Amino acid sequence: MLQIRCPWCGPRDEPEFRYGGEAHLRFPGNEADPAAWARFLYYRDNPAGAYRERWVHTAGCRQWFHVIRDTTSHRILGSYRLDEPPERAR
Amino acid sequence: MPEHAFHNPDFLWRNPDPKPSYDVIVVGGGLHGLATGYYLAKNHGIANVAVVERAWLGSGNAVRNTTIIRSNYLRDESAALYEHSLKLWETLAEALDYDLLFDQRGVLQLHHSQADVRSGTRLVHALRLNGIDAEWLDTESVKEFCPLINTSQDIRYPVVGAFLQRRGGIARHDAVVFALARAANRLGVDLIQDCQVTGFEKAGDRVTGIVTSKGRIGAGRIGLVGAGRTPLLAAMAGFPVPIQSSPLQALVSEIVDQVLNCVVMSSGVHVYLSQAHKGELVMGAGRDGYTSYAQRGSFHIIEQQVADALQLFPLFGRIHLLRTWAGIVDVAPDASPIIGPTPVENLFLNCGWGTGGFKATPGSGWVFADTLANGRPHPLVVPFGLDRFERGDLLDEHGAAAVAH
Amino acid sequence: MRRLRPGTATDPAKPLSFRWNGTAFDALAGDTLASGLLANGVRVVGSSVSFGRPRGVMSAGLEEAHAFAQIGEGGASEPLMRATTVDLHHGLVARGLSTKGTLVQGDDPARFEKRHGHCDVLVVGGGPAGLAAAWAASAGGARVILVETTARWGGALGRDLELIDGAPALAWVDRITRDLAARPEVTALRRTTAAVSLDQNGVVLVERLPETTPPDRIRPIRRLWQVRARAVVVATGALERGVVFQDNDRPGVMLASAVRSYWHLHGIAPATVVLFTTNDDGYRTAFDLVEAGVLVRVLDARESIGPVGEQARARGIEVLSNAVVAGTRADQAGLLAAARFQAGRRQGEWPCEVLAVAGGYQPLLDLPAQRPDQSHRIVGAAAGQWSLAECLLDGLDAGVAAAEAVGFGSPGPTRPVVGPDWDRSPGTTLWQVPAPDGDETRSFVDLHRDVTVAGLDRALGAGVRSVEHLKRYTLAGTGIEQGKSAKAAAGAIASDRLGSEKPLGVSTGRPPTEPIAFALLAGRARGDLFEPVRTTPAHPAHVAAGAVFENVGQWKRPRYFPRPGETMAEAVAREARAVRTGVAIMDASTLGKIEVQGADAAEFLDRLYLNRLSSLKVGRARYAAMCRLDGTVFDDGVVMRLAPDRFFVTTSTGHAASVFEWMEEWRQTEWPDLEVWTTSTTEQWATYAVAGPQARTVVQSVAPTCDLSREGFPFLGVRPATIAGIAGLLARVSFSGELAFEVMVQSRHGLAVWNALLEAGTPLGMARYGLEALSLLRAEKGYLIVGQDTDADTSPIDAGLGWMISDKDFLGRRSLEMATHRRSDRKQLVGFLPSDPAIVLPEGAQFVADPTQPKPMTMIGHVTTSHPSPTLGRSFGLALVRGGRDRIGHIVHAPLEDRTVAVEIVDPVFYDKAGARRDG
Ligand SMILES: Cc1cc2nc3c(=O)[nH]c(=O)nc-3n(C[C@H](O)[C@H](O)[C@H](O)COP(=O)(O)OP(=O)(O)OC[C@H]3O[C@@H](n4cnc5c(N)ncnc54)[C@H](O)[C@@H]3O)c2cc1C
Ligand SMILES: [Zn+2]
Repeated sequence: MLQIRCPWCGPRDEPEFRYGGEAHLRFPGNEADPAAWARFLYYRDNPAGAYRERWVHTAGCRQWFHVIRDTTSHRILGSYRLDEPPERAR
Repeated sequence: MPEHAFHNPDFLWRNPDPKPSYDVIVVGGGLHGLATGYYLAKNHGIANVAVVERAWLGSGNAVRNTTIIRSNYLRDESAALYEHSLKLWETLAEALDYDLLFDQRGVLQLHHSQADVRSGTRLVHALRLNGIDAEWLDTESVKEFCPLINTSQDIRYPVVGAFLQRRGGIARHDAVVFALARAANRLGVDLIQDCQVTGFEKAGDRVTGIVTSKGRIGAGRIGLVGAGRTPLLAAMAGFPVPIQSSPLQALVSEIVDQVLNCVVMSSGVHVYLSQAHKGELVMGAGRDGYTSYAQRGSFHIIEQQVADALQLFPLFGRIHLLRTWAGIVDVAPDASPIIGPTPVENLFLNCGWGTGGFKATPGSGWVFADTLANGRPHPLVVPFGLDRFERGDLLDEHGAAAVAH
Repeated sequence: MRRLRPGTATDPAKPLSFRWNGTAFDALAGDTLASGLLANGVRVVGSSVSFGRPRGVMSAGLEEAHAFAQIGEGGASEPLMRATTVDLHHGLVARGLSTKGTLVQGDDPARFEKRHGHCDVLVVGGGPAGLAAAWAASAGGARVILVETTARWGGALGRDLELIDGAPALAWVDRITRDLAARPEVTALRRTTAAVSLDQNGVVLVERLPETTPPDRIRPIRRLWQVRARAVVVATGALERGVVFQDNDRPGVMLASAVRSYWHLHGIAPATVVLFTTNDDGYRTAFDLVEAGVLVRVLDARESIGPVGEQARARGIEVLSNAVVAGTRADQAGLLAAARFQAGRRQGEWPCEVLAVAGGYQPLLDLPAQRPDQSHRIVGAAAGQWSLAECLLDGLDAGVAAAEAVGFGSPGPTRPVVGPDWDRSPGTTLWQVPAPDGDETRSFVDLHRDVTVAGLDRALGAGVRSVEHLKRYTLAGTGIEQGKSAKAAAGAIASDRLGSEKPLGVSTGRPPTEPIAFALLAGRARGDLFEPVRTTPAHPAHVAAGAVFENVGQWKRPRYFPRPGETMAEAVAREARAVRTGVAIMDASTLGKIEVQGADAAEFLDRLYLNRLSSLKVGRARYAAMCRLDGTVFDDGVVMRLAPDRFFVTTSTGHAASVFEWMEEWRQTEWPDLEVWTTSTTEQWATYAVAGPQARTVVQSVAPTCDLSREGFPFLGVRPATIAGIAGLLARVSFSGELAFEVMVQSRHGLAVWNALLEAGTPLGMARYGLEALSLLRAEKGYLIVGQDTDADTSPIDAGLGWMISDKDFLGRRSLEMATHRRSDRKQLVGFLPSDPAIVLPEGAQFVADPTQPKPMTMIGHVTTSHPSPTLGRSFGLALVRGGRDRIGHIVHAPLEDRTVAVEIVDPVFYDKAGARRDG
């Protein structure tokens, strides 16, 4: 069970959160060409190592935020608010 | 040898050094990789084949799964593929001359709500017309078929009916690994363990070999069957795959008297379980929520699935959890496998079996060997190509995969 | 063996009795089941799994591979408990097992609890290193949790007579534990095992609490802790390993440290002992037992015996050097009778009751092995510290470092003086003594799984080169004691036998470190507490009215309200007729409700829904739907505009949470610039639908001041109203297709308003209706239920909701433009009529075009909804059919198990196509 630091509420256990997958995706807009649209819909980065991902504190403050987590060890390198750059992760 | 241990044969495999090149290299010595190697030699007479495995044969999901075998998939495309596989299972032990402890004890899928019942009966009707055995049981018949299940209407989510596939069942995964490996080895396939693929050699858009921890190996065609590590392999080859890898956990109890006569799965109460031949209960549930390559999951998933199991089987309260583990499953957006050509010429992909590929072992190996041998998708897997995502022709099987394996 | 005196663990003032295999025995408080059996001379406790050989207690702890018992009776009977870890209590009932447990039907009265714990430093292991660590870590005020798996503090100090600061080590243990007890921030738990290591320094603990026979229904017998620590110190010590030799499984062959432990803790000793040791530590057993008057002889595997061996000789103990046990001889019952040895060229046999084997210590690292990448501090014997002085210092240093790392001070210098210190280092490494006759089929590597050296050889001969294959081929290391004694031996012996090849290592350990009862994992999540039940405010009234409930997610919803003697079909028909011809009321409170507010609320909803909602006028409602990004139907509901910047949105019951989360996701992550807020109000509102030609009369009588006229309050109007004296909302929406009012009031008034409405309806014979009748009524109107009449492939166009799509942007629009969504053979929602109006097709039935085609048949669609309709006087239904709209007027076939039914595809609206009744 992970322990995740919500930037608003502090460290909480994983069951309070829901996973949101890759962070910093840009919605390509409804004009995207088919390849770009398929990319956006179905392709997500899946690296072995540090991964910037989204979580939402569903059973808490309900805020979405970002986490940097090592997918090979589950170590959490930091979390940061949506309006912060990854460098601010802590 | 323990009497209850599987009677393994005196000889399994050679441990050869890799040759400089092969007609076909199969990357990944899991069940599907071994089956592919075996059928390449057996069905297509292509024996100049290497199956390369980064650790030991079966070290991925092959020996981590809960071994449920069934073919009750809703979509015609899926039903055809899994039924092809189930038919092969029915003669596999004989073909491989190995007791796989394949046991068609029946797979019972319990339903706990009217919505569940609707999807269950839809499945029964569809399977029947596809020529696949399927039965609908009411609560009374569930009680009769598996008296151990708590069919009382007083529990939080009473059983309101069940789907039954009598031809479904379980097998012993270790034995399947051993058997396929032995058979492939016997037909001349080189099984190369401790050999991690770290890159691909290409001439233009065509792949010509692999780079490994044991050096470079040339290849005519290459099949990627790396299950939990597919995205990493694809990235090495230079193309993305729409796969997310996440932990799927399972657990096993200590050995107790044989009491459970079938495989029980429940989508309303999220758990599936069976009792292995030795007597241990084998149990699983849903995936962990996050992506991972760490082969471990979160413990609350285990706690929840045990609580779920005790709803249905109060008798199991004092049994002990002996071991838990996780495999990394590769799941496509529609929860169906991806099989076929890739943007790289001579490089073929077989992945995305996610939480349910054990049952597909012989079928997957069969169609993928055919695909590699002929350089085009086997007819059964045409709908399962990588190109389906751009077209938007997804093959949604989340219903079959939610907790179903 | 016999009890010669009370040990340090047992209390002679508290005798107790227990039953073993039906026989009553006496023991003392502080005994384990194993010590209780040994004290009573019980040598055989079970039989081996494959060969049926008799087996006895071989250890005094977690690594026990033989002594398994079924404890307790009836539903509280627990299988496969290690006798060495079961504390005896008066009246305990146990019976020996091999490796297979038994399940017993019956009520289990015992309670299993869960608890969370938080601390600065968690110390695992209450031996010298762990105690020192906990003591040092807590000195500066840090919150410390210290856990010890046995019933006693001190670990090895209980069996190893040592001096600390000039006094017996147990006095030091007492002093430290008293200090710890006096520190308010310290939680010290005995009988508690750290079982699972979680990410981010989480550890799951299993605490065993006192038990009674018969079981107590009040006090829990076990507790599962989930602890989050800021730092973890692992001081789990080391286990002694045995040596594999021929017939090493006889009852009487024991670990030397266990023999010593039974003597010191429980006062139990055998009459004669042969000690087989590879190291100095083993001699402690010899020395301690000799003092008890036991006849001891020593076989030392080392070339020369060294000072400790000389000391033994000086004390009159016979010691052979360069000596190994080559095998054992048994008496007729299969019990150990003698040790056969080989000492240089000398061979011989020494009779003995116990053969104590000291094969050196092996750190117990099964907990940190679960999370190798965590920064746990491993100290003491677990870290390979082989002297007590080093263990204590290591523990103190780790305690200080852990506390300092999380911001707490240290206790200042304390360096306990140990003396004289013993060397616990492994001596010579000896995993196996080859069988003199070459027959390795009785040299047991895994005593629990009956795996022998011959079994390993067979695997290696088959080509096995990985320790994981070895485990799977032989089953070595898969036992209940988690392979604590067998795993290392299997890897080492196999490497040995392969000769020059690289070492095989040890197979991966998997959590937990100790078996955990399912009942404990479930905790209180059993029976009524398994999962919350959600009920609506009017639930008590439904119960009183005899409703039959249906589980919809966690909600309990009335399915129908049978009158005495009525079948479900009769009840549903009656309820539906009431809606069509009179008036009826339904509880729709489970519908999801979301308030969307803010200057950009309209723009926000425009982006989410297919429909344009910015054009909705205040006081008006609109039926609306939304897609997922892939263009499939996500949810539908009614959007009501209460003010220019305030919308009230309903969702289907099942999607209340997911729609709300979807809104929040887009609001926060993609459109933070929009000035809009959302709030879930599902549980704040009770919602009742009053439907039927007489609905107006009923509602008017509880809302007398409201203009409910057709003109004053037309279809799809919404307005605030006082209903039965309660301020609420009224909306003219209808899912039944009949004239209907939706009444919404705050939940706390829900029951009162429900009753008021019922009362108002009584003169008109108002009925209650449930989900079944609703499903029938809405289907007659061709209204779909998302998830029932749509599936993961259905687009709004397929579902017949294409009319909602406006020329603005919305989520999913891009996907709907893809070619695949324009195909004419997509499955579309249509109506159907069975050719025989008496046949009600089962939901889920498939349609084919050609009923004579052999299987596999080409299926072109399936039934999503099917009912007999009292209004239509016949059966009918909805279906998703390939190219369905083009098939309207055509016949398809539904092959059922026993017959094939011809069916006409028709328009999905069966009733009041013009909507005159709804608008009425
Ligand atoms: C807990 C759990 C329970 C499951 N239960 C069921 C079930 O009940 N029924 C069912 O049908 N399915 C089940 N599954 C799914 C099933 O196990 C998988 O779908 C299936 O095993 C995947 O095929 P495979 O055996 O070839 O994969 P794997 O055994 O994972 O094979 C992939 C192999 O590729 C190797 N590899 C990866 N990268 C490289 C590289 N760079 N170089 C060389 N080799 C590489 C890996 O080491 C691995 O051995 C379950 C899975 C899990 C984890
Ligand atoms: Zn928060």
